[in-house]
Amino acid sequence: MSSSLLFVLLVALSVLAFQLGKARAIAVVGGLRGVRDLHSLPGHYGLLTAIWCGLPALVVFALWISLQDVVITQLVLADLPANAMAQSAQALMLNDLRNVVAGNVPAEMVAESTRVAAAEYLKLQRIAQLALTVVTFAVGIAGLLVVRARIRPDLRARNAYERVIEWALFACSAVAVLTTIGIVLSIVFEATRFFNIVPITEFVFGTNWSPQMAIRADQVGSSGAFGAVPLFAGTLLISFIAMIVAVPIGLFSAIYLAEYAPLEVRKVVKPLLEVLAGVPTVVYGFFAVTTVGPALRVAGEAFRLPVAGESALAAGLVMGIMIIPFVSSLSDDMITAVPQSLRDGAYALGATRSETIRQVVLRAALPGIVGGVLLAISRAIGETMIVVMAAGLAANLTANPLEAVTTVTVQIVTLLVGDQEFDSPKTLAAFALGLVLFLVTLLLNVIALYVVRKYREQYD
Amino acid sequence: MNNTTKTAEQTQALVRKSLARRYRAERRFRLYGIAAVAAGIGFVIFLFGTIFAQGASVFRQSYVQLTIVYDPETIDPAGTRVPEELVAADDQALVRAALRERFPNVEGRSNLRELYGIVSSAASIELQRRVVADPSIIGQRETLWLLADDTVDMLLKEKVWRSAPEDERRLSDQQIGFIDALRADGTLKLRFNAAFLSNGDSRDPEQAGVRGALIGSALTLLITLLLSFPIGVGAAIYLEEFAPRNRITDVIEININNLAAVPSIVFGLLGLATFIGFFGMPRSAPLVGGFVLTLLTLPTIIIASRAALKAVPPSIREAALGMGASRLQMVGHHVLPLAIPGMLTGAIIGMARALGESAPLLMIGMVAFIVDVPSGITDPATALPVQVFLWSDLPERAFVERTSGVIIVLLLFLIVMNATAVILRNKFEKRW
Amino acid sequence: MNETAKTPPVAPSSKTIGTVTVPEPVFSCRDVDVFYGDKHAIKKVNIDIGRSQVLAMIGPSGCGKSTFLRCLNRMNDTIVGARVEGMIQLDGHDIHDKRQDVVQLRARVGMVFQKPNPFPKSIYENVAYGPRIHGLAADRAELDEIVNTSLRRAGLWEEVKDRLNNPGTSLSGGQQQRLCIARTIAVNPEVILMDEPCSALDPIATARIEDLIDELRESYAICIVTHSMQQAARVSQRTAYFHLGDLVEVGETDKIFTNPQAKLTEDYITGRFG
Repeated sequence: MSSSLLFVLLVALSVLAFQLGKARAIAVVGGLRGVRDLHSLPGHYGLLTAIWCGLPALVVFALWISLQDVVITQLVLADLPANAMAQSAQALMLNDLRNVVAGNVPAEMVAESTRVAAAEYLKLQRIAQLALTVVTFAVGIAGLLVVRARIRPDLRARNAYERVIEWALFACSAVAVLTTIGIVLSIVFEATRFFNIVPITEFVFGTNWSPQMAIRADQVGSSGAFGAVPLFAGTLLISFIAMIVAVPIGLFSAIYLAEYAPLEVRKVVKPLLEVLAGVPTVVYGFFAVTTVGPALRVAGEAFRLPVAGESALAAGLVMGIMIIPFVSSLSDDMITAVPQSLRDGAYALGATRSETIRQVVLRAALPGIVGGVLLAISRAIGETMIVVMAAGLAANLTANPLEAVTTVTVQIVTLLVGDQEFDSPKTLAAFALGLVLFLVTLLLNVIALYVVRKYREQYD
Repeated sequence: MNNTTKTAEQTQALVRKSLARRYRAERRFRLYGIAAVAAGIGFVIFLFGTIFAQGASVFRQSYVQLTIVYDPETIDPAGTRVPEELVAADDQALVRAALRERFPNVEGRSNLRELYGIVSSAASIELQRRVVADPSIIGQRETLWLLADDTVDMLLKEKVWRSAPEDERRLSDQQIGFIDALRADGTLKLRFNAAFLSNGDSRDPEQAGVRGALIGSALTLLITLLLSFPIGVGAAIYLEEFAPRNRITDVIEININNLAAVPSIVFGLLGLATFIGFFGMPRSAPLVGGFVLTLLTLPTIIIASRAALKAVPPSIREAALGMGASRLQMVGHHVLPLAIPGMLTGAIIGMARALGESAPLLMIGMVAFIVDVPSGITDPATALPVQVFLWSDLPERAFVERTSGVIIVLLLFLIVMNATAVILRNKFEKRW
Repeated sequence: MNETAKTPPVAPSSKTIGTVTVPEPVFSCRDVDVFYGDKHAIKKVNIDIGRSQVLAMIGPSGCGKSTFLRCLNRMNDTIVGARVEGMIQLDGHDIHDKRQDVVQLRARVGMVFQKPNPFPKSIYENVAYGPRIHGLAADRAELDEIVNTSLRRAGLWEEVKDRLNNPGTSLSGGQQQRLCIARTIAVNPEVILMDEPCSALDPIATARIEDLIDELRESYAICIVTHSMQQAARVSQRTAYFHLGDLVEVGETDKIFTNPQAKLTEDYITGRFG
């Protein structure tokens, strides 16, 4: 039975359980006239029955579906005659196996052993599917019968049902935590494997980055070099350029819109600026490659400056444009959060508008604005598409914005896009970089959110 | 000298003296603000301007009108008329014959090759399709508009200049001569380009369309919406209406805020390591893309939904509880109906963000060159923003136009989504 | 500025009971109207404000007394949609005159607000701020001197002299309000406007501020809006009673409280509404 059909049948079973539960509740008090003797409405008994019928079955169903492939693959691998074969060969064969199973590749085109394994896989899959059907239905019907048997007038069906729903809601909010745990676990796990191959000190302090692994094991220079300092430097350089563009423009437009602009102007201009935040980053990347990059090169030629085709300046400038609305709307929030009484105090002393803004409003909003800028920096560091498209691949350790540099995110993408074996140091290096990226942005975010929250509390 | 000893006149004189300088500073400061706003708006206009200038022409494409003779000798010499034979036929020869007929004076292999280069290789596929669909046309003549090559298209759209030296052009002087001749009798012109929306990806710019990416994006977003909206709303309801104020909920709350600021590529890494690496889900599939984007948009939706719940006045909750409703009934019957518009707004904004997201999709392999339009959530697929990324890397001049074209399609969707969100918000804002 | 300002004539249509004029007024207001959008907040108010005396403005909430006070140093300029009509003369010059600079006006007419609003700076910087922006001190020593004197006159010096660099917000509510007064007098204004300066304070802090007002009266014209009739009676020499945007009655404080002429004034003072 296919999984989707099974799913539909399980839902149908739950609907049936609702009806049965409801009917049972009415029956135990001797018909509709007795429903006032029930603790809850008959529908609540139905819902309780349906939930205990459907929920466990669906949980089993979901777990089973998600783990089936892993388990079967392990079983098939364990059965293979040449269990001692190399990791890479095993991975290759697994790939073939998957292709045969998915029907992408005709069975005749793969090795004999793989064909046998594929047949084995398909057989296990059929058995598993059958077992799944039996198990889920058994669980569902068992739940139905148990609850139905317990239906009595004094069963607090509504409370019981609501408790289940409350747990379900809790589970929803736990997803966010699970995501974080998932991020940490998966990245840390892969990164640890990387640091077993490449010492962490080389990674953090090394200045030579060339992750190309040899195709053959005996090739010269097969080890690759994983010193990430040029990547960190490149990321910082581009982020720095971006902030030089974004902070003044963002901050001053926020000031103008919050303090000077008439309401009508503000109403039009603010959303117009925020359009920049809604533009997908890949569009900025394209803009950087096709427009800004060539324009900078032409401008560079005019001043006899050599500008690289994929200069840090182009990527940084465009990234800065992207971050403008981020800075401006956060600063705007912070500026408008400054109480009017402070402005009044300054005006009453005879301060001009700009004196009030610079010396009182901005001063009061400073923590909030700093928090916002920190968030913007974290955003710049984690930004991927613009740099993937507009920054280079070569790991230059330079502070010259006219040269090409590479960044952490660019390297993650280059290392992982395309067909890669999952276990090579090259792919694992991407996770090590991901770990650094995650930790740095997390640190910035935690500080920024803390600062901003403290700031907001001050004026609430 | 002490200010208490200063008379009012002295003080006022000092104030007056400072005024000119202070007003200059005031004007300067104000000017900075105006300059910043102008720069911001300038960027918006420039960005959209260049994209539209480069991409608007994608909706028209160069076609050549040729009279095709469906020669039985070429298509099906054996006369079997079985589809296998018809598919295997050399339809390219039909196009070439038609071109030779149009320009009878062209001779010599290299000259002929230049002539054949005017028409896209897609033209023969079109002919093949027609023959297979209706074998009875074999032996007849038909006048058709066939796709011109992308180099021709670029010339017609004036994206490349004929005044450039010949060796810097992809079209020779002779080819430009053919083009001018065709244009002169109206058999080469720009026509509406429906193929751009109905074709999948292709290595030939003139054939490449966005349908595959569009469907890929739609499937991915469908999964994302189906998962993230219920989970996000559920989480928001729990945190806002049920959660006790304790350490656990504090942790969840801080966690959600931080998650909202985690770089999207990290979610891609998570997807790669868990969904693909651990659970063995297929690479490049909208299903996995949807999972990753769900995790990515969840914080946005939770935060928006909580704000919507917060905006419902407590008096409504008290009224419901006062009537003897349970907490769940209070939420389900009274609070949620009032908060739903705000939650939908948040969901749409989250979806718009997901639609524009490409970095995590690169991680899970939705970057392959895929000609077929995906038909299910486990088929290999790509997405609109990823298509931008893929095409922007290609060397042909015509792909710049195509890329801008996808961006226009993408931006149109985003504008529609955001406009919906704004309208929704304005319509339902504070109706109590 | 030294010339004796003539008191402009009061329009005969004025319905205000009592003596609205004083000899040599600082402020002369004639037929002042204030609108907030469509709302007519102040209706044809005529009143003079005299030197070296305290004028108290009383009246029920929303009667327009604060609005009127904010006209006097054009603080209503900062409110979108507010419109002021009529003539307000400071020392014989219309404050709405194009030649009148609003910055300079506010340097001459200081204001203290209902809620203490020290800047998020140190105590010293709070007081030094006004002299700094107006360039009143030639050097650091003079600025120190101004800060010192202002804090002394505001009766705050003894309490804060050891912690001038602490933030102004670290002070108690009453101290913050005295800091705001010190901040205002540091600019050496001619008039000080006070908008319910004690409403956010406890009785002890209130008493200190009232004493302070009494001391400051010698050097400045003071105009105070208050909710408390007792306060008006304690600190002021003249009292003006506002009702729904109208100035109902003006007169010597003693007279207003013992023998009000207008029915509305009497009802308010005897507590029939408030």
